[in-house]
Amino acid sequence: MLNYDLVVVGGGPAGMAAALKAKENGIDSIIVLERAETLGGILEQCIHTGFGLHYFGEELSGPEYAGRFMKMLEGTDIDVKVDTMVLDVADGNVVTAVNKKDGLLKFQAKAVVLAMGCRERPRGALSIAGSRCSGIMTAGTAQKYVNIDGYMPGHEVVILGSGDIGLIMARRMTLEGAKVKMVCELMPYSGGLTRNIVQCLDDFGIPLKLSTTVIATHGKDRLEGVTIAKVDDKLQPIEGTEEYVPCDTLMLSVGLIPENELSKNSGLDLDRITNGPQVDEYRETEHAGVFACGNVLQVHDLVDYVTEESQIAGLGAAKFIKGEKVTGECVYTQGINGVRYIVPQRINRETDTDVKLYFRVGAVFNNARIIVECDGKEILSKKKVKLCPGEMEYVTLKQSVISELPADAVINVRVEA
Amino acid sequence: MENRELVCVACPLGCPITVTFDADGNVATVTGNTCKRGDAYARTEVTNPTRMITTTVRVEGGSAYVVPVKSANPIPKGMMMECMAEINKASIKAPVNIGDVVIENILGTGVDIVATNYAE
Repeated sequence: MLNYDLVVVGGGPAGMAAALKAKENGIDSIIVLERAETLGGILEQCIHTGFGLHYFGEELSGPEYAGRFMKMLEGTDIDVKVDTMVLDVADGNVVTAVNKKDGLLKFQAKAVVLAMGCRERPRGALSIAGSRCSGIMTAGTAQKYVNIDGYMPGHEVVILGSGDIGLIMARRMTLEGAKVKMVCELMPYSGGLTRNIVQCLDDFGIPLKLSTTVIATHGKDRLEGVTIAKVDDKLQPIEGTEEYVPCDTLMLSVGLIPENELSKNSGLDLDRITNGPQVDEYRETEHAGVFACGNVLQVHDLVDYVTEESQIAGLGAAKFIKGEKVTGECVYTQGINGVRYIVPQRINRETDTDVKLYFRVGAVFNNARIIVECDGKEILSKKKVKLCPGEMEYVTLKQSVISELPADAVINVRVEA
Repeated sequence: MENRELVCVACPLGCPITVTFDADGNVATVTGNTCKRGDAYARTEVTNPTRMITTTVRVEGGSAYVVPVKSANPIPKGMMMECMAEINKASIKAPVNIGDVVIENILGTGVDIVATNYAE
């Protein structure tokens, strides 16, 4: 058994930021466990720029953003094991991992940070009729083929889903000489950032077809085409709107799922909307000393927000290890009327900090107000010119406000259109 | 001239911007932006639009197949495909460091193409 103050599961932007923050706050022995061959997580294949505008105040590519954190990590005595797969996080914060060099490893930790990130929703999660020919893949898989392995997975592309990865890959494939015929989006609005629609689709004249989905794939060995159709307001295909589109590649960008197998096996209940653990204001889960941050907790739009959240978790873990973290009576948060979820799900009443409540809305709202209430009393409200599901929002609750709420109170956040 | 409605791509906020022109076709006002970068973006976008370019370059003699690169500064939007053709002809010898110049002054734009990751 190896003893560490803090074991961090995952060496992407979340894990690196959490480890560094804990170190800054006086934690001696920290180890980061990463299953890939290098640190950096998904940033390694996100070669486009736009990362770090908030955190570094400049526009970096994914590998550059990750590279800065790797440099910072190298400058500390934080241990790192790559090529190492964590198998289990058990009661009492015992972490079991395995790698080729050391074999089976067991760590006794005072605190654990879960930072496993997320993965893409695969084809199997959609009910598209058709054979299992080659040429159908997630946008992130295609991104790895092009940006890491250096080869083109296809020439004539249809993209289903307008998430940011799909939009980014529309541009990437076009730049490399492929013909991207269209991006189909089931919903009446895009799931990606507006800037990506402008610079990845509009710049290249790629049509974005809203309220449209792929209902069938055609081809035996290799994809030969797809059938698309318009959908009604119940998201069901409308008969008579079918259209055949020849293509050799279908890329899916239909959502991200936090990778919570370890969390579930350790007995943590997941939030039904975020698919991540339920946490307090320092991102501590229901298990004492187990924290979660980054895309394993909730899928973020920007890595800068992942970093911010992971620093909160790293600070929380440091406070926990030093016995300084407040616990006790909580108040609970709940999203209603257009607000789909809130992170954190609970807040310690006697917390030592102001708390940002992060959330997403379920539809597009213009000139709306976000209202925070408790027991029918308005705590605060914030005007927003535009709210859309693709962009995470937040409101800040003052520590002084939180401490005055009764124990077990429910804080409701809603949208007033 | 008619007003131009833009969505700023300078950062992920994506502010909606309106540009108006005077009788000579010069930019009169820029509204809707929430920062200076937005103002600058709008003025460039209606006169000489530019974009960052990011792609990969083949690595010779290393374990990595390709290394990601970017334009050190934005290049004219209309030259993106020409620049891609030029970059696809290039290769770089391992080891590569972040910031290594792969192509100097690409197509006379005054912009260098630089590596954005390490490659061994």
